[in-house]
Amino acid sequence: MTQTSTLEPPVPESALGHRQRRSGRTHGRTAAWLVAPAVVLVVLFILIPIALTFALAFTNAKLISPQPASFIGIDNFTRLFQDPVFWKSLRNTILFAVFVVPLQAGFALVLAMLINVKVRGVNFFRTVYFLPVVTSIVVVSMLWQFMYQPDGLINSFLRTISGGAVQGTDWLGNPTTALGAILLMSIWQGVGFHMVIWLSGLQTIPGDLYEASSLDGASNWQNFRYVTWPSLRQTRTFILVTITISAFSLFAQIQVMTQGGPLDSTSTVVFQAVRAGFAQQQTGYASAISLVFFVLVLAVSLVQRYLTRDKDVQK
Amino acid sequence: MSDTLAHVAETTPKAHRPEQQHPGRGRRIGGLIGRILLVLVFGLPLLFLLVSSLKPDTQIFGDLTSVRAFVPVGDISLNNYTAVFNRVPFWRFLMNSIVIAALTVVLGLIVNSMAAFALARLKFRGRKVLLAVIIATLIVPFETLALPLLWWVNKLPYYDGSIGWLDTYEVQIIPFIANAFSIYLFYQYFDSIPKELDEAAIVDGAGWFTIYRKIVMPLSGPAIATVAILTFLPAWNSYLWPLMVVQTEELRPVQVGMDYFKQLNTSWGQLMAYASLITIPILALFIAFQRSFINSIASSGVKG
Repeated sequence: MTQTSTLEPPVPESALGHRQRRSGRTHGRTAAWLVAPAVVLVVLFILIPIALTFALAFTNAKLISPQPASFIGIDNFTRLFQDPVFWKSLRNTILFAVFVVPLQAGFALVLAMLINVKVRGVNFFRTVYFLPVVTSIVVVSMLWQFMYQPDGLINSFLRTISGGAVQGTDWLGNPTTALGAILLMSIWQGVGFHMVIWLSGLQTIPGDLYEASSLDGASNWQNFRYVTWPSLRQTRTFILVTITISAFSLFAQIQVMTQGGPLDSTSTVVFQAVRAGFAQQQTGYASAISLVFFVLVLAVSLVQRYLTRDKDVQK
Repeated sequence: MSDTLAHVAETTPKAHRPEQQHPGRGRRIGGLIGRILLVLVFGLPLLFLLVSSLKPDTQIFGDLTSVRAFVPVGDISLNNYTAVFNRVPFWRFLMNSIVIAALTVVLGLIVNSMAAFALARLKFRGRKVLLAVIIATLIVPFETLALPLLWWVNKLPYYDGSIGWLDTYEVQIIPFIANAFSIYLFYQYFDSIPKELDEAAIVDGAGWFTIYRKIVMPLSGPAIATVAILTFLPAWNSYLWPLMVVQTEELRPVQVGMDYFKQLNTSWGQLMAYASLITIPILALFIAFQRSFINSIASSGVKG
């Protein structure tokens, strides 16, 4: 606004003030028209549902019911915290995140460094590593469900390369291996996405930093430790946050592959919420589960934000 | 890392690649072997999917023990595909998914870019608050609000006077048009376009809508591509939501159609054929617009 007025011939103070006020109002009206559709939709389909998560968690709301929902205090939470399946689901969800976050982020970084070289055909490798990302999770889950069968591709492969010594197991039917099997598949599907993000981070590191450290006689490891790793701080935060949130949201794989079984060993918080809120139509109870999930996500991102802010100050 | 979205999206990955030191020969060969092994890891399962879709079930299992699992040999036919078309209304599912994804993308581009334009280039009261709300909702995953949203859309009035949006196209499209992440990506991009352009246009008598339509949007190709791709993929792949809101077969999208093959006796060959049918279009799109896809993902991560 002030820039606009400098382009014009000098005008008396009072006139300028008047003009700014008037054009400020015009902006407001134009802006209102421009943001209105987005604001209406965000309110209707994001903000109100978030508010409903909090409100319905304290009611006995049913998905389809002639009676209006009524307030029942913390009954949903009492019931939830007494439900062993909930604790198992929470444990599975956290366990999944604890393993998937470092493994997927680390593997993605390795992939990014492998293709961040000047070699012919490197685009081909990048494309192939990225293929599972564009394949839908429903297709990927079905495919791996087949591969994980007792007589499936993975066990055949293990038998062949070990000369029959390794027999494998019913990966998804065995409570001790089911979650791990889903974890491995999830990494396979998602790692290409984070590879690309690491790669764009790697490519913003100025080449002279590496030249300088080579002149100082740095080894490859030292290059990585003191040049690459510190330069990727922002990328790292983004990657950790996005993998954590998508790990907490684990659902489709469970729905397609195991339905939470065997013995609830793959049940997750979101899977349990969907079962309560959709299959059993208990919206109130499902909202209570969603609220726990929401708090989990919020806590993680606050911790992340706090940690990164701290480092910003130091820098 | 302080690069704007504009910067990253416009430069090709190659232009940005730092000069690496020349690795030793051993490392070079090691890297190449690693890259090739990884091609097998990521490529073979998908190859297996496509190849198995051409084989009868008995042969799929019979071939598992050898490299034949990945080669289209033996009793190869399109029988599984014929069976798929007989078993489910595939073209209907496909058309539903195309309509839903296309409308979500197009309407999303318009609504979100308009809002972002106002946020980035206009001064108005509540601008900062609105921006803060948008950024705050970025971290809320859809899964947290899916179930309250399900309850909520069931209570909303529909345009024909009835109550509840379940079992419609609208319920699969409208809730996903406004997107905090899209607004944020557009906002970052618009913010990087010189504001002097607006001033010059105003001097020439242009209104704000003209500036949006004739100046800012035509300069925002990379941002439009990014938002389009990042909206299209989840719309095409959406599963949880249509599973809950659609009961009528005629309204189902392709991902939910997959469940048909697991209900009765599972025929893996047909399942692979159906999966191939809904995957091949996306893989083809990806390979055709590779650079845009990769740049979209890359620019989505520039600012956490």
